[in-house]
Amino acid sequence: MPDFANEFELLAEAYAASGGDVQDLKNDSYGLMLVSGHQLLAKNEIPGLVIAGEQIADGVKAKITVKKNHRLKNPVHLCFGVITAEGVQRIVADFVIEENATAQFLAHCSFPNAIKVQHIMEGAVTVANNATMEYSETHYHGTEGGVEVLPKMKVQVAPNGRYISTFKLIKGAAGKIVLDYEAYLQDRAVTEMYAKVYGKRADDISIKESIYLNGVESRGLAKSRIVLAEQAHAEVLGEVIGNGAHSRGHIDCMEIVQGKQAVASALPRLRVVDDTAKLTHEAAIGSVDKKQVETLMARGLTEQEAVDVIVMGLLK
Amino acid sequence: MLKLLDITIAKNGKNILDQLSLTVFPREIHSILGQNGTGKSTLAYAIMGLPDYRIHSGQMLWQGENITTLSVTDRAKLGITLAWQEPVRFEGLRVKDYLEIGSRGNGRNLTPAQSLESVGLNPDRYLHREVDATLSGGERKRIELAAVLMMQPRLAVLDEPDSGIDALSIDYIKGVIRTLVAKGSSVLLITHHEEVAAMADRASSLCAGKILKTGSPEEVTRFFRNHCQECPHVNQPAEEVIQNA
Repeated sequence: MPDFANEFELLAEAYAASGGDVQDLKNDSYGLMLVSGHQLLAKNEIPGLVIAGEQIADGVKAKITVKKNHRLKNPVHLCFGVITAEGVQRIVADFVIEENATAQFLAHCSFPNAIKVQHIMEGAVTVANNATMEYSETHYHGTEGGVEVLPKMKVQVAPNGRYISTFKLIKGAAGKIVLDYEAYLQDRAVTEMYAKVYGKRADDISIKESIYLNGVESRGLAKSRIVLAEQAHAEVLGEVIGNGAHSRGHIDCMEIVQGKQAVASALPRLRVVDDTAKLTHEAAIGSVDKKQVETLMARGLTEQEAVDVIVMGLLK
Repeated sequence: MLKLLDITIAKNGKNILDQLSLTVFPREIHSILGQNGTGKSTLAYAIMGLPDYRIHSGQMLWQGENITTLSVTDRAKLGITLAWQEPVRFEGLRVKDYLEIGSRGNGRNLTPAQSLESVGLNPDRYLHREVDATLSGGERKRIELAAVLMMQPRLAVLDEPDSGIDALSIDYIKGVIRTLVAKGSSVLLITHHEEVAAMADRASSLCAGKILKTGSPEEVTRFFRNHCQECPHVNQPAEEVIQNA
């Protein structure tokens, strides 16, 4: 019989290490789903929020529904963790945000002791008419970088719906990340996808964000901010396809490389199918801007302090 | 306080500053007048010690100490700072945090809100914004001045703080300069506005990387108007102008 209380405390510690406030996990007014290893450790439903979860062979399968016309006042906390040094965790998650509903999800993925941990997220999101979903995922993988994270999300946004996602890993080592997000937008739907990663040591980071602007006047933004140090590698593919009339899409990628051994690449891909669609991109890869550093040094910071301020701002 | 002795800086084989000598006294406002391309910004960067503007010959003295090879950070710690003509933007850095960077450990009691009010920006609207591309050029320049004010430096080098600022806001810039001096700073002021230059204690006219004339703001402004403003041969001052300066 698993020791749930002890597991909860360990996961709460990991949650705090990833930047979360432990009190949020104990607050009854917040929606909550807490998964440790392969166990659905706890859940808290609030009016308008339904969480149905079950254990599968190597993880947890869950359906999370925000009911029609419900606008959740507080964020829903999702806490995924593996406390052991080795293991696999697969999360199969199906998010459904029904018509006119609004919800914000704060997902914390913590693997503080990882030597060889694999975390797989297979997510499907349906945002119905006039509904809004914000999904913010913050990772903490400890200091060893012994984690392989494979988040995959397929998002359908109905007319006038909004989907905003943020993937963030700025503390500790990343390990291997293969992020693959796709969003399909109908008429006047909007999506914004942000990825912010600080890669160190031998981290290997692959970010792919694809936005299909299928609907009339649909809008999409894929924005990534990657900072690489030591021997870290990153490859960012931002892709926008303008199928819908008068759709608008933009890719904004910035990668900062510190040192001689880190390597970054960016590949924006724009495809205009409807001739009234307008797609744009900007990409910048290089070292920290010299004038920014000098400006902060002229206020008394050392060069390293200045670089830290600039990098932390970008990744905020 | 600051003494430049025969400073020369060369770029691509050309002297941008050419044996330039200049003194800035304690609590003095010293304005620099000059056409575009005569070396005004290079002078500002050299005083701040930016690596791309290293001094090839000459000396820079700060209260008698040679600081010619000192780093930007070390000069800032002595109390020297620079407000760039076109201040850079910082994604993700809040105005409040940016303003506080310069005041770390100086024990002075000006708050970020007070410094913003001094440049005519409402703290409620600006403190929590980011110092990024959403600010207009004028807003960014005012925030730069507020940051200099927060630092309360011993010497503030202001590179055209009034360019790109609407006429009504010039009074705020003059107010900041007066506040700096009242709190003990010297100000080296690079400007094209005669009205702003007139508030200086002394002024110098710059051409071809040399100081042509130093004197009262009225004298130097008159000199600049007569010889430099409509000059068809910038950076090639006539011999008689040099001799009569």
